Amino acid sequence: MNRSIIPLVIFALMVGLLWRGLSLDPKIVPSPLIDKQAPAFSLAMLEDQSRKLSTADLIGQVWVLNVWASWCVSCRAEHEVITALASRNLVTVVGLNYKDESADATRWLQQFGNPYATSVIDLDGRVGIDWGVYGVPETFVIGADGLIKYKHIGPVTHESLEQKIMPVLKELLG
Amino acid sequence: MRVLLLMLCFGVWVVPGQAAIEAYQFDSPQMEADYNQLVDELRCLVCQNQNLAGSDAGLARDLRRETYEMLREGKSPDQVVEFMVARYGDFVLYRPQFKSTTYLLWIGPFLLMLGVLYLLVRRLRRSDGAVEVDAGALAEAKQLLENNESNK
Repeated sequence: MNRSIIPLVIFALMVGLLWRGLSLDPKIVPSPLIDKQAPAFSLAMLEDQSRKLSTADLIGQVWVLNVWASWCVSCRAEHEVITALASRNLVTVVGLNYKDESADATRWLQQFGNPYATSVIDLDGRVGIDWGVYGVPETFVIGADGLIKYKHIGPVTHESLEQKIMPVLKELLG
Repeated sequence: MRVLLLMLCFGVWVVPGQAAIEAYQFDSPQMEADYNQLVDELRCLVCQNQNLAGSDAGLARDLRRETYEMLREGKSPDQVVEFMVARYGDFVLYRPQFKSTTYLLWIGPFLLMLGVLYLLVRRLRRSDGAVEVDAGALAEAKQLLENNESNK
C-alpha cells in the first residue's frame, strides 16, 4: 500500500468530524426525558388560580406542553404556530407559564390570543427544572401513556411543526 | 520579566469569575465545600461555557438554589448530580461520568498517545539497526567507483 495515502486519510477523517461538529447546534441539548414518564405537577391555572391542573388529569390523552412567558420575545414569534396547532383540535395544548407575572401573562394572552386549553403557573420555575427546561420557549409532546415523546427547543416554526411535531402526533393518535 | 509579561497577557492570574451573590448559610464547612464544588462542576445550560457558580442567568440562580436546598435536606453531592443529569442530561457535567458512552472520551487520548508511541518506537528501532544494503547493488556501486578512479 502506498504509505503517502495515510496522512490524506487522517486529514479526510478530521475534515469529516469537524464538518459534522460545525453542523450541530450546540444550543440544542438532547433531553434525557424522551420516552420517560412526564414529571408530575399540580399547578394553579392562570385563568382561575383557585383551580389546579395536574399531569394525572391528562393521562389517557395525547397532549402538548408549551413553555411560554410574556417576557419571552421568541414566544411571540412562535405564537401563531402554536395557535395554528391548537386550532386543528387534534390534541390538548397546555401552556406552562414559566417564571412570569400573572397579570402580564393574562394581558399577553388578551393581546395575542389564547390558543391554550389552559395555562398553568410555574412561578418559581421549579416545574421547569423538573422538565429540564433551560430556555423558553420549549415544547413537549406527551403520549396518552404519560411518556414524553418529543421535545422541541426554541420557537416552533411552521416548518418544524409540519416536519417534526405533526409526525409524532399522528403516530400517537394512530 | 518577559515571562511575567506573557503571563499577564494570557490572564494567568485571572481568578475564575464568581457571579454567585446569594448569601447562603451553610450548616457545616463540609456542606459549604460540597456546594462550592457542585456549582463549580455543573454547567449553566443557558450560557453554555459557564458553570453555575460563574453565571448570572436566571436558570443558574434557580439551580444554585436547588443545589443548596438539596444539600440542606441532607442529600449527598452524588444525589444532586443525579438530579441534574436526570433532567438536563450528561451535558450539565463539566466532568463527565465514566460509563459506557464516555469510555472513548476518557480513554481515547491515552489510546492515541500509546498508538503514536508505538509508531515512534517502531520507526526508531528500524533506523537504529545497521542499514541493510542489497549485495548486488553494493557490488555495482563499487564497480562504478573503481571505473571512475581508473578513468582519471
